[in-house]
Amino acid sequence: MDKRSSLRTPIKTARGLGSSHSGTHHFWVQRVSAVALIPLSIWFMVEILTKLLGADRAMVGSWLNNPLIALAMAALVVALFVHARLGIQTVIEDYIHGEAKKITALLLLNLFIFGFGALSVMAIFRLHFSGI
Amino acid sequence: MSKTHENRPLSPHLGIYRWQITNTLSILHRLTGVGLTIGLVPLALWLWGAAYDPALFDFMNMLMASIVGKLFLFGWTWAFYYHLANGIRHLNWDIGKGFALDEVLASGRLVVAFSLAMAIFTWAIISKKVGL
Repeated sequence: MDKRSSLRTPIKTARGLGSSHSGTHHFWVQRVSAVALIPLSIWFMVEILTKLLGADRAMVGSWLNNPLIALAMAALVVALFVHARLGIQTVIEDYIHGEAKKITALLLLNLFIFGFGALSVMAIFRLHFSGI
Repeated sequence: MSKTHENRPLSPHLGIYRWQITNTLSILHRLTGVGLTIGLVPLALWLWGAAYDPALFDFMNMLMASIVGKLFLFGWTWAFYYHLANGIRHLNWDIGKGFALDEVLASGRLVVAFSLAMAIFTWAIISKKVGL
């Protein structure tokens, strides 16, 4: 860093620069998705136990034909993938050292999240709108 | 790297800490989070199979009905209840409550007991409905 006197204080280089290069947004979205997942995940567990055990494709299709169920399922899947993305991001930032490896891991994480997230949402929409 | 960086104190090394319930439950929260994220893959593939690909749907059902599949499903069931209960414990800390040592230990024990009991209860329902 420049050793000459300057009006710039050290906080200029520190502000907003944790290992994730961002502030409290990550923390907040993690909490919001966590709260959303409490009712949604419990609901899905109950649905599995009461309706989906041993279900064939037609049964899954007629289950998702209900708009409220399709809505809850889409919300669940989005909240799950958002929450998982933020959690795994933290794990990567804590345990994977070196910028190249870290950025590669984060890219793969995002590829996984958006890939499987989009796949899940598309499947829910298809089952809701056109059945099987 | 500057001199100040080299001279910064190291945090106490992991090896000097006594292994205890608090840090065990903390790392279990991470591990169950990672495990549940891996569980998003079969969830997404099951949905995709139901919507678009009968062969994939049958394959996922066959996989999950196998011994290994059931062991994974039981693990995910316990991990789900653990991460749910311990996540609520974390949210309670986030609003500034439950930090006294006796409260931390009591909530920790409650989370472990709840997750194990719910996992067993859930699989009792499954075995009653579709057999093991």
